[in-house]
Amino acid sequence: MGFHSPATLSEALDLLAGSNATVLAGGTDFFPSLKQGAVPETLINIARLDELRGITKVEDVWRIGAAVRWSEIAKAGLPPFFDGLRLAAREVGSVQIQNAGTVGGNLCNASPAADGVPPLLALGASVELATADGTRTLPLERFIRGVRKTDRAEGEIVTAILIPDLPAGTRAHFLKLGSRKYLVISIAMVSTVVRADAAGRIEEARIAIGSCSAVALRIKGLEAAVTGMTLSDLRNNPRIWGEHLNVLHPISDIRGSAGFRADVAGELCRRSIMSCLLMEDAAGG
Amino acid sequence: MDRRLTKDHVRFRLNSRQVAVRPGPGERLSETLREALDQRDVKIGCNAGDCGACTVLVDGDPVCACLTATAQVEGQVVETLKGLVETEPLTKRLMESFQDLGAAQCGICTPGMMVSAVALLRINSTPSNSDIEDALGGVLCRCTGYRKIIEAVSRAGDGHIRPPVADGGVGSGIRRLDGERKVDGTENFGDDVAPPDALVLQLIRSPHARAGFEFGDLDAFVAEHEGVVAVLTAGDIPGSNRFGVIPDFVDQPVMAETEARFRGEAVAAVIGEPSAMRDFDQDTFPVEWHELPSVTSVTDARAEGAPQLHEDRADNIMCGGFVKTGDAAAALARADVRVEGNFRSGFVEHAYIEPEAGYAICRDGKVEIHACTQAPVMDLEAMEAILGQDRSHIRIVPTAAGGGFGSKLDLSVQPLIALGAIKTGRPVRIAYTRTESMQSTTKRHPSDIHLTIGATRDGRISGFKFDGDFNTGAYASWGPTVSNRVPVHASGPYRIDDYAARSTAIHTNCPPSGAFRGFGVPQSAIAQESLFDELAEKLGMDALEFRILNVLRDNTPTVCGQVFTQGVGIGACLEALRPAWQDEREAVSEFNRQAASEGSALRRGVGVAAGWYGCGNTSLPNPSTIKAGLRGDGTLVLHQGAMDIGQGANTVIAQIFAEAVGVPVHQIELLGGDTDITPDAGKTSASRQTFVSGNAARLSGQSMRRQILQLCNAKDTATLSLEEGRISVTSDEGTHTIDPSRLDRDDEGYVLTSVETWDPPTKPLDENGQGAPYAQFGYAAHLCVVEIDTALGTVVAKKFVAAHDVGRAINPMLVEGQVHGGIAQGLGMALMEEYIPGRTENLHDYLIPTFGDVPPIDTIIIEDPDEHGPYGAKGLGEHVLIPTAPAILNAIHSACGVRIRQVPATPSIVLAALKGKRDD
Repeated sequence: MGFHSPATLSEALDLLAGSNATVLAGGTDFFPSLKQGAVPETLINIARLDELRGITKVEDVWRIGAAVRWSEIAKAGLPPFFDGLRLAAREVGSVQIQNAGTVGGNLCNASPAADGVPPLLALGASVELATADGTRTLPLERFIRGVRKTDRAEGEIVTAILIPDLPAGTRAHFLKLGSRKYLVISIAMVSTVVRADAAGRIEEARIAIGSCSAVALRIKGLEAAVTGMTLSDLRNNPRIWGEHLNVLHPISDIRGSAGFRADVAGELCRRSIMSCLLMEDAAGG
Repeated sequence: MDRRLTKDHVRFRLNSRQVAVRPGPGERLSETLREALDQRDVKIGCNAGDCGACTVLVDGDPVCACLTATAQVEGQVVETLKGLVETEPLTKRLMESFQDLGAAQCGICTPGMMVSAVALLRINSTPSNSDIEDALGGVLCRCTGYRKIIEAVSRAGDGHIRPPVADGGVGSGIRRLDGERKVDGTENFGDDVAPPDALVLQLIRSPHARAGFEFGDLDAFVAEHEGVVAVLTAGDIPGSNRFGVIPDFVDQPVMAETEARFRGEAVAAVIGEPSAMRDFDQDTFPVEWHELPSVTSVTDARAEGAPQLHEDRADNIMCGGFVKTGDAAAALARADVRVEGNFRSGFVEHAYIEPEAGYAICRDGKVEIHACTQAPVMDLEAMEAILGQDRSHIRIVPTAAGGGFGSKLDLSVQPLIALGAIKTGRPVRIAYTRTESMQSTTKRHPSDIHLTIGATRDGRISGFKFDGDFNTGAYASWGPTVSNRVPVHASGPYRIDDYAARSTAIHTNCPPSGAFRGFGVPQSAIAQESLFDELAEKLGMDALEFRILNVLRDNTPTVCGQVFTQGVGIGACLEALRPAWQDEREAVSEFNRQAASEGSALRRGVGVAAGWYGCGNTSLPNPSTIKAGLRGDGTLVLHQGAMDIGQGANTVIAQIFAEAVGVPVHQIELLGGDTDITPDAGKTSASRQTFVSGNAARLSGQSMRRQILQLCNAKDTATLSLEEGRISVTSDEGTHTIDPSRLDRDDEGYVLTSVETWDPPTKPLDENGQGAPYAQFGYAAHLCVVEIDTALGTVVAKKFVAAHDVGRAINPMLVEGQVHGGIAQGLGMALMEEYIPGRTENLHDYLIPTFGDVPPIDTIIIEDPDEHGPYGAKGLGEHVLIPTAPAILNAIHSACGVRIRQVPATPSIVLAALKGKRDD
């Protein structure tokens, strides 16, 4: 019962074990979905747990604490292949939301329009979860299982997002389409991670699309199709995405029709990859 | 620190003091700050992080207090606007620049804006406009259009504060007289005034568009729920359970009796102690719903066998309007070119950042209602009927209104809290949640318009036939007004000799459509101004010159046969756009040439549109009364009953009064619209306050001046000055000094009073809508530059030039404020806003423009004085958004060649049009 702000992760996990408590971090998704008169009896505040804070690199893996806020990501000194994530961080809701909302919370909320998911998918991120008994790690693709559904079990807390280091010269980008400038829930969004050779030919591309299916998706077919291409190939191929986006299952809603989403997602991919190639030092890095 | 603090206490520093509170689990910081710590400078607009009004700084970072659990700020530093005013010098600079520029209108978003701006300026004293937009982008404003806020933050950063303008007479752009309390966090809005012991009222609302319902055992419900004090239903209403704003159409129940006619209609109220109501689960209320077949569109409502909403309104038709002159069919038949089209628009929500709120209390033999409103005396009259009580037992005390735009003309919380206070004998308060505000209050009418216009080869209009269906929702509200106004205005400000316009208001099981800035005219202007562009194109004429050729001038008849011999300033408005029309089209051509050569998908276009609006009621009496008094101590008091909902009536009416008396405006003390002390200045609606109440203020001021001059038999050319309780009257005959304390005082303590009424001269409309519906019109023309991403369908406005004939700008700064805000709302209507019951009932699904969506606006003020206006002034409030949406749609066509005939023109719709297919 009540509100708990445990001092350590293990204390938090002990409190959570076997309880019906709700885990609270930034609160930016928790409060808007709160029904009148239905505040959970027990809340465990993990927003300030040291174990969940900070961005570090251990050997070849970057570790972003689950309670790192979006504004911290936006301001962090990170290598260029994080630019997609940093751009996304600046587009999460508003400054107020970015100052409270956490990376881990964005994933646990599992909205099809979660801004953090496409860039983290494109980065090949994994999710680290802890229980009182230990930790496990699984790829982000397997962590988010559907609309508002994750693999997080009772008693588990997401503790970190793990991202493998990428070669120097890898660039990343993020594009979000909405009907207004700020406080936008995306109609479609794309994040790309691209590495090109000295001649500007794409050696590796990772493309993830959000808001166009129940869960944001990597588009492996399109990734393969653009490999070997140059900026001018992309410029000269206005519908480069071809049939590769058929894996998406966009819905029609108040923000846009299914057909519209499919149309713009491809164009956003093309532009996002081109933006990566146009970034300083993208080629041959 | 207090040693009795337990571990349940949360300790933090609030502004300059250390505080300890015991919040409930999951209690929001916004609630704790407002209710436990009396920090009511923190405003709540949405409780979902969508509006930013509750922005506070936690350890220096702006966050939404509504998304923060109080217990989460243990040990941290929380700063609110009131605290920053005391401790942070940057705040003082912002207070000055916000007031100088009119960056606060209603003021409800201002604390969020200022707190966010302080956080920015602390780390960046010379922010660029885009830095400012990024930093403040999380706070919504519905009044200002954001540009003045950007400028104010920029100016506060660079320290260029201009000195205040001194005299404040007519024509000077002085700061708002009520400006300081809007920027220092002390303004009291509807939810800021309830006493600490007030009970809280919540409403039980229909989850269905149409439903029958039955209550279970309500007495048992009250008995079983600790802290619940009472339940109200329709049976508790002592008078008539009906309210409405048009005498023949009083049809809306305070609470439904047997059947709810729209989703969100109230059927019962639960009143209890604040702690009990905080945890109250509405699902435990004993009501059983029986969903019934409903109609939610005009088409469904008109279908044969459709469920009927009101027994006495056959075929769901509430009423209609009609205006006819000449022979439209014959003129169309002989026209050289014709254009026609169907135009559609959806519900538009007012989306003021302050949800309806207030409290009621029984005191001194009266029930007092303290709430936000646009029409205190209309509230009083409606409450007389509902309570079955004479007005001497009812007192309406308006709070500041955090935006209105038409929807706060209707009753909302007032009868419920009054009934609650009477039933429980205790003060009772309510603040609507954002969702119930959106579900239950009025909307702009959705429209379905068919229009045909012809022209002869020489470019003259030849025949105009308009037919519009308007979805008026479940109850009448201002639907009859919209029906009347649309046929009168659908011509636009043009000479059209052969004209027929019909409007029909049709009931559906939707929220009542009512008054919203423009009363149906923005919808009809979209159709008319879009087709004018098409006509010009067919004729091979320049779109602006085609309009100028057909525009109304002095001495030409309107479609109602009304002839104004003076003051028709629309020609001047359109002509004022010529330079920008030339320059912007050249710039756009160059941009498009460049974009095409680079393979870019971006295209720009320029569009124009015009609009007009008759100020005041249509052919009905519409008086305002303004009272003033001189106290024995020499204070000149103005009873200012024209509700200021952000537009600036407190300032404009006082400026007019001061001008008429001949004293500086800052020497006048203002009293508000409390119905116990202030006479009826009518409703804040129909762009009538500057015009009608302004005239009453002018007369009242002139009367006061005359009375003062008579005291010493001075000539009318004498000058007055008020100093140290004395009045000096100076003329070429010398100076007289009057000591008011030596004069007799009346019951109110006044030694002189002046109460004057003014009613605009109008004449009734005959069966063909011929007559003199308004004593004056105001006029407007907008030019818009848009940029379209033709691969994504996104439309971004890049610039507006707005020319407005206001007759005489009483306060040019406030004129600009109205123009900016109107354009922002017109842009929202054009590009993003549509209220859909059950789907867009919050401010993240219902989108209004944010920072960055409203481009720079050049305002051109045209002053073609009106013979009836005070000092020549005309109304402005509605005019400012009428041309905006069609100007944008015409600019979209100019940019990419597609005609969009439905709003909002979302990216999905624009891209589908670009691809030449219907949006699926």
